[in-house]
Amino acid sequence: MKLVRKDVLGIADFSVEEINLVLDIAGSFKEISQRPIKKVPTLRGSTVINLFYEPSTRTRTSFEIAAKRLSADAINISASTSSVVKGETLMDTAKTLESMNPDIIVMRHACAGAPHILAKLLKQSIINAGDGAHEHPTQALLDMLTIRDKMGYIRGLAVTIVGDIAHSRVARSNIYGLAKMGAKVTVCGPAMLLPYGIGRMGVRVETNMRKALERADVIMMLRMQFERQNKATFPSLREYASQYCLNADNIRLAKEDVLVMHPGPINRGIEIAPDIADGPHSAILEQVSNGVAVRMALLYLLAGGQ
Amino acid sequence: MNTKKRVVMDADKIERSIMRISYEILEDHKGVTDLIFIGIRSGGILLAKRLSERISRIEGKAIPTGILDINLYRDDVMMAGGKRKLGETHIPCCLDNKKVILVDDVIFTGRTIRAAMDALMDFGRPKIIRLAVLIDRGHRELPIRPDYVGENLPSSLWEEVNVTLTEAKAHEEVVVIEN
Repeated sequence: MKLVRKDVLGIADFSVEEINLVLDIAGSFKEISQRPIKKVPTLRGSTVINLFYEPSTRTRTSFEIAAKRLSADAINISASTSSVVKGETLMDTAKTLESMNPDIIVMRHACAGAPHILAKLLKQSIINAGDGAHEHPTQALLDMLTIRDKMGYIRGLAVTIVGDIAHSRVARSNIYGLAKMGAKVTVCGPAMLLPYGIGRMGVRVETNMRKALERADVIMMLRMQFERQNKATFPSLREYASQYCLNADNIRLAKEDVLVMHPGPINRGIEIAPDIADGPHSAILEQVSNGVAVRMALLYLLAGGQ
Repeated sequence: MNTKKRVVMDADKIERSIMRISYEILEDHKGVTDLIFIGIRSGGILLAKRLSERISRIEGKAIPTGILDINLYRDDVMMAGGKRKLGETHIPCCLDNKKVILVDDVIFTGRTIRAAMDALMDFGRPKIIRLAVLIDRGHRELPIRPDYVGENLPSSLWEEVNVTLTEAKAHEEVVVIEN
């Protein structure tokens, strides 16, 4: 099966078959990163541009490594060091890059919908690496790969997502994806950080963390996104941590073999206690490894592989 | 469309070929030291396993056996027409100084073997690579020649050669289908 689409903009328009295809192919790519020579010649001569308008370490590095392990040429552009600071518009930057004839453009932007504009404007494939509080499809795919690897399946699992749901593109992409794959999703956080109408996405909404953790198979902790919050959404960090930090006490409410995940970067002691982040349930570093495999799979599939 | 099916090898004949190739490999390499079998996904996997088990039984020593998926090394990977889905590669150890027996069910144009050799080099520097196949159907497009052949089977380009091997050793055969 081939991935018949030009762009990867969000999980909302992915089918179950497409998700399974990406996860299967990613599974085969994991082994490449374990080899002494971590490179295959598959995308020789292809060019991948990472266009990042927002700070990023893991996603950008992950895409760059994925491209390079497939022998594609990867070029990184971050807004702060590009002609964006000279006043160039998104359209002009896009058109300029298009003229250099890359094959795939990976884009992160603070505005929801920015990659969609590029996708319409350019003939190149666009991969959304996070647009505002909208979607972060590759994160959801790597999270689903991690769950599938660790638990063996996704269907029927109780997944609890805790934290700043309102500002989280990771939460949205995961809700779309996990719902399609048949998981039962609960979102949990202070009322101010639970967007109005989130229940319509097919999730259970809970403000009490202890209730949300009960019998959970998977717990996804999210970071407080201060950079997107323009007003006080809760009294203090200490108060937030006292109610919503995953720790050795409240993790006992979940299933015994619960899987703990976090998209990173972690704020230790705020949303997750250090002993849990580094503990036996944590799959946080595996998420990072799986991220490279998932991104390799997407680059491969968008370039026409199967 | 009119298709004609012709059985060219039955289970007994396949078994005897595997036995003969096993002894040839043993004789050429004077034992099993540093030997490793690598089956090309998917047709070569069972054949590699069968050869390695047979030789293990003769020598009383387990021989490492791996699986190689060559899709990422193909010269037509991004061209239309392929129908193979990418699968996992499993090479059990570093190939430095190993004697690699590369195994596939059928050799045809030789392009798969070219890709496989490139792939193997990414896992180390083997001392030698030898090629074992059950069927050589000719029509090579690259200067590649198998070292161990079960059966030479001159074929037409419009024919299809199908090898059926099963884990349970049931209904094993090689057939030529005329399209």
